[in-house]
Amino acid sequence: MRKTAADPKGVLEGSHFLDGDHAIAEGALAAGCRFFAGYPITPSTETAERFAERCPGVGGMFIQMEDEIASIAALVGGAWGGQKVMTVTSGPGLSLMMENLGLAVMTETPMVIADVQRAGPSTGLPTLPAQQDMMQIRWGSHGDYRIIALCPDSPQECFDLTVEAFNLSETYRVPVFIMTDETVGHMHEKVVIPPAEDIEVVERNYYEGPKADYRPYKFTGKDVAPMVKAGDGYRFHLTGLTHDERGYPHLTVEQNEKVVTHLIEKIDSNADKIIQLDESEMDGAEVVVVSYGITSRIVSRAVQLAREEGIKTGSMRLITIWPFAEKRIEELAGKVKAIVVPEINYGQMVREVERSAAGRCKVVSVPHCGGAVHDPEVILDAIKEASK
Amino acid sequence: MSIEVNIDKFRADSPMTDFLRMERMPHIWCPGCGIGTVVNSFAEAVKKSGMDMDKLAVISGIGCTGRVAGYVNFDSIHTTHGRAIPVATGLKLANPDMKVVVVSGDGDLTGIGGNHFIHAARRNMDIMVICVNNFTYGMTGGQLTPTTPQTANASTTPYGNYEYPFSLPFLADACGATYVARWTSLHARNITKSIREALNHKGFSFIEVIAPCTTLYQRRNRLGDGLDALEYYKEEAGVEKDVDTREVGIDFQGDIAMGRFVKQDKPTYEEAVNERYANVLGDDYQLYGMSKPEREEKAKREAEDRAKMQALMDDEEAQMMAEDMGVDEEGL
Repeated sequence: MRKTAADPKGVLEGSHFLDGDHAIAEGALAAGCRFFAGYPITPSTETAERFAERCPGVGGMFIQMEDEIASIAALVGGAWGGQKVMTVTSGPGLSLMMENLGLAVMTETPMVIADVQRAGPSTGLPTLPAQQDMMQIRWGSHGDYRIIALCPDSPQECFDLTVEAFNLSETYRVPVFIMTDETVGHMHEKVVIPPAEDIEVVERNYYEGPKADYRPYKFTGKDVAPMVKAGDGYRFHLTGLTHDERGYPHLTVEQNEKVVTHLIEKIDSNADKIIQLDESEMDGAEVVVVSYGITSRIVSRAVQLAREEGIKTGSMRLITIWPFAEKRIEELAGKVKAIVVPEINYGQMVREVERSAAGRCKVVSVPHCGGAVHDPEVILDAIKEASK
Repeated sequence: MSIEVNIDKFRADSPMTDFLRMERMPHIWCPGCGIGTVVNSFAEAVKKSGMDMDKLAVISGIGCTGRVAGYVNFDSIHTTHGRAIPVATGLKLANPDMKVVVVSGDGDLTGIGGNHFIHAARRNMDIMVICVNNFTYGMTGGQLTPTTPQTANASTTPYGNYEYPFSLPFLADACGATYVARWTSLHARNITKSIREALNHKGFSFIEVIAPCTTLYQRRNRLGDGLDALEYYKEEAGVEKDVDTREVGIDFQGDIAMGRFVKQDKPTYEEAVNERYANVLGDDYQLYGMSKPEREEKAKREAEDRAKMQALMDDEEAQMMAEDMGVDEEGL
């Protein structure tokens, strides 16, 4: 992977007062994204609007497609056309994207999808926060696959993690999700955009070699084949069908095993490199609160209150949601009395925590139906109960 | 009776070796199917056009015609069902030097993909869409599509179709397509010529090819084999000049109006984007780093190339007429 400084053209260097949605658009531009296809949906639309406003000035292309199905489909074409590509959406739109998420996964097409979560099911509470799509991105498209998902808890992190999302997406040729929510999306805070030379960008790894020898895939389970772009004479072929290294359909059980194992292993075998966690006050903790996104900010208050009451409480924030930090949770579960998992859903990531803890400690879910963040007192009560 | 086929010899000898992925032959299509004719005509059109084949991408959806992308020797993507057009749109806008061609079926393009079809036409997106219309979903076993004529039998209308079908040239025209033509798979030379014209057209071009599905549509409706379908086309298909696209609907085994129904110049999506941004932002606007003089130079070069190509096609036509090679006088 070739790491370089960002193209200064896309970098709006300086201190800004931005909401999370706008910060995502700036992160994308800084990362070198020059193609955006999207469809309006609350509470994500501001990212598309920002990109639409900014992209002519940086020489990018924005298109409002007819729906979210078309938006993500256009990203597949756009990526192989030679651009870094992204879209943004929320729950109902995300559901529509599941079909071509599969195509992107299968064709190992890099792209970034920001999901500004709102409360469901269905139209639900369109203008209010939730964290209810955590499992949809992991399992929502049919078949077995892996994606990467990052979860910012502030506008600053919306910027930083969007750059990171593009870098991961190029490194592993995989769709990468930014899992934010209405509150982070619409929260205005200070966002510092560093100078271009301080932003590390992973450039696409383009194949350089004899044209006849080009293979768009290799099924090593460790790394990915270099890409080419349309028009360069490689005559590549991509298909959603089970395929061989040339990309031609190869419809056998044996080949499917090769392909699917690779799609899974290229992420799982690199999980330690990918996963980022933010841990605090873990030394001697009896109870650890595991949270992500906006909920982490409520958790910091709850942890403070718990410590004031003398409960040794630590906090682990999942910056990387997928792949899941199962090794770290497993390790932790052997040391602590309980893990408390508040999230704005009726218990999604808590299942991963339970699976990883495998009975070595108590795991307590603190659910929320969506539409608001937790009251810190509710989390505090759960910590107190868990510490008994 | 069995026919011995030397597949290696066939691959080596085919005049289409440079245009098709011969290593993938034999293809999956049934005897008598019309898709192969369209692929052949397409390859022939590309060959005759003399265009840079590296700058051509073919995108297909799902279904029998959806397999076309896999057999042509160009940059190609076999997408999901109905999504060839948005994938093509993304490729084209990300890499405006490409000529992007969608080849797919009636069900794929106008059923599940109908929304994408109408919006790409509305935007005058600079892509070509070739629809092989066999009035049925072949790959899944002969179900009703949006183009199946009334009374025709499909596996999901076993008592005959009672739905109103789309007339695709009318649909494309109404939505804003700037090149619209229809032929049948009997009219291979006309298809080739139409594809050449569309390759040379800037904007959303749509070519419908009525083609037989022998295994399902023909058999289920007791219409005989592929040859019988071609007989039907010979009898009932005729070139219509200056016809209103509202009048070209197809009844079950009825008349088929053919020809080039629409050809007009209108700014494409990309041209409209460039013009709008350049008006507002002036010289600061540089799509993918291309300055205004560079864009103008490129547009000029492309316009010259198109004019040259048109002149070449006109010459060829005149020569054929002169030599009385039986070119369809009513043709394009």
